Amino acid sequence: MSKRVDVIDLNVYYGDFLAVEGINMSIDAQAVTAFIGPSGCGKTTFLRSLNRMHEVLPGARVKGQLLLDGEDIYDPGVDPVTVRTQVGMVFQRPNPFPTMTIRENVLAGYKLNGARLSKSESEEIVETSLRSANLWNEVKDRLDRPGSGLSGGQQQRLCIARTIAVKPDVILMDEPCSALDPISTLAIEDLIGELQQDYTVIIVTHNMQQAARVSQKTAFFNIAGTGKPGKLIEYSDTTAIFNTPQEKSTEDYVSGRFG
Amino acid sequence: MTSSLTQSDKRGVAGDRVFSALTLSAGVLILLTLAFVALFLTVNSRDAVYQEDQGGWILTAFLDYAYPLVIGTLIASFIALILAAPIAVGVALYISHYAPPRFSKSIGYVIDLLAAIPSVVYGAWGMSFLGPALIPVYGWLHENLGFIPLFAGDPSQTGRTIFTAGVVLGVMILPIITSVCREIFIQTPKLHEEAALALGATRWEMIKMSVFPFARAGIISGIMLGLGRALGETMAVALVLSPGMLTASLISSGNSTIPAEIALGFPEAPPGSERQAQLIAIGLVLFLITLLVNMTARWIVSRHKEFSGAN
Repeated sequence: MSKRVDVIDLNVYYGDFLAVEGINMSIDAQAVTAFIGPSGCGKTTFLRSLNRMHEVLPGARVKGQLLLDGEDIYDPGVDPVTVRTQVGMVFQRPNPFPTMTIRENVLAGYKLNGARLSKSESEEIVETSLRSANLWNEVKDRLDRPGSGLSGGQQQRLCIARTIAVKPDVILMDEPCSALDPISTLAIEDLIGELQQDYTVIIVTHNMQQAARVSQKTAFFNIAGTGKPGKLIEYSDTTAIFNTPQEKSTEDYVSGRFG
Repeated sequence: MTSSLTQSDKRGVAGDRVFSALTLSAGVLILLTLAFVALFLTVNSRDAVYQEDQGGWILTAFLDYAYPLVIGTLIASFIALILAAPIAVGVALYISHYAPPRFSKSIGYVIDLLAAIPSVVYGAWGMSFLGPALIPVYGWLHENLGFIPLFAGDPSQTGRTIFTAGVVLGVMILPIITSVCREIFIQTPKLHEEAALALGATRWEMIKMSVFPFARAGIISGIMLGLGRALGETMAVALVLSPGMLTASLISSGNSTIPAEIALGFPEAPPGSERQAQLIAIGLVLFLITLLVNMTARWIVSRHKEFSGAN
């Protein structure tokens, strides 16, 4: 399952500070959408508002509508916990639960839902999730070892396995490769290409080649200056953003003349 | 001959030496103090287990004297822990994860204030207020749960029982466990908390998944610190408890603890007498119990090292 995301007039605040202003965009299902832009332009803040992780920080709030297949996730009756089971997230630094084994890490989301799994069911979930995360062959002999003993790239794929184990509709990735070496980055990028068949993938990246390699659509965010809100400048097919950008600032940024 | 490689920052090297000598001597000083205390206790307790005129070794006599006190000490500390540990963990969690930021600071101060109250004040409070207040509770426990040996004997008419002492000790060790737990809860990496939340964890589930596993060693250390204080607490117990023979009942007067026994007995024991040696010997026993408790705690903490939050 994979759902589309529609954003209507979304403002994101930290207390009184307006961090992101006036976002309107439609994000396709079963596609990879990349968010690019300079540091501090609000792309991560916006990404975190897509699964209501933003409001974990004290004072953080959102105005506007965010529709998941037509349903507003900011409707007053909606529990953020439910939203997060449907919109999974992979973080900048790999964060497997350090006290859990590899197997337990993959099953962590199921445990939360209180699902009673038989041994064979859980074995199957662990195997399919780890296979989808291209990690199975590397860890199948040590499922009962701690997840923190893996390399950084393996840990990040373990986190992806943990996220897809609960079968979300949308997967958010916040610079998932920024702490990884080139080989691990390549493995994650290949994986993103495969995930797109089943999920809506939204990825924040600082690496423009990465955005060009993995995404079908790209959104460019920018700020007018320090203390000003971040805005969506241009959103289009990835090829269009990189080859024929309509805005001057987009062109400056993707060609490296940003300053 | 001097090259750029053989020249070194002389002042830096000297500072390094001085500092390393300072830390070394601080470490050695602790060990020496401990060794001297152990030596003092051992040498001076000799008379308690060996008396020429009673035919040599009198270990049995000493053990007969010591075991009710050991059990009394353990019971009082155990009651204190059972009461204080869950409350302390709850309060610490409230301060670190639930309370609005404005309140959490002031609640922390109030809890720390509890630690600043002298133990003699706690003792007076337990003797003159808490004890009498608990008399009806003891009566009720005896009537309804009297079939359990713990609540069997005659309920105390003054309320000055081992249970009251345990409750007072519980209040006394609450702040230390709370502040240790709070410190460690606050240090839980945001990354792990968000990992749980992003999987769809509620706040409580997030705490179970990321805060508790991370804080496990810290919680145990906090509880052990509290236990150490409860085991050694003298004044409060000496005031609250009307000491007596060992009894299984928690609600009758009776029982005593090692520190209370020493505090009450020492002023009346003639220097150099067998009685004084006896009191020092049970002091040694208490020392060993505390050592054992600490070592057990270390062992528990180190058991799943590779699964700890440290790596």
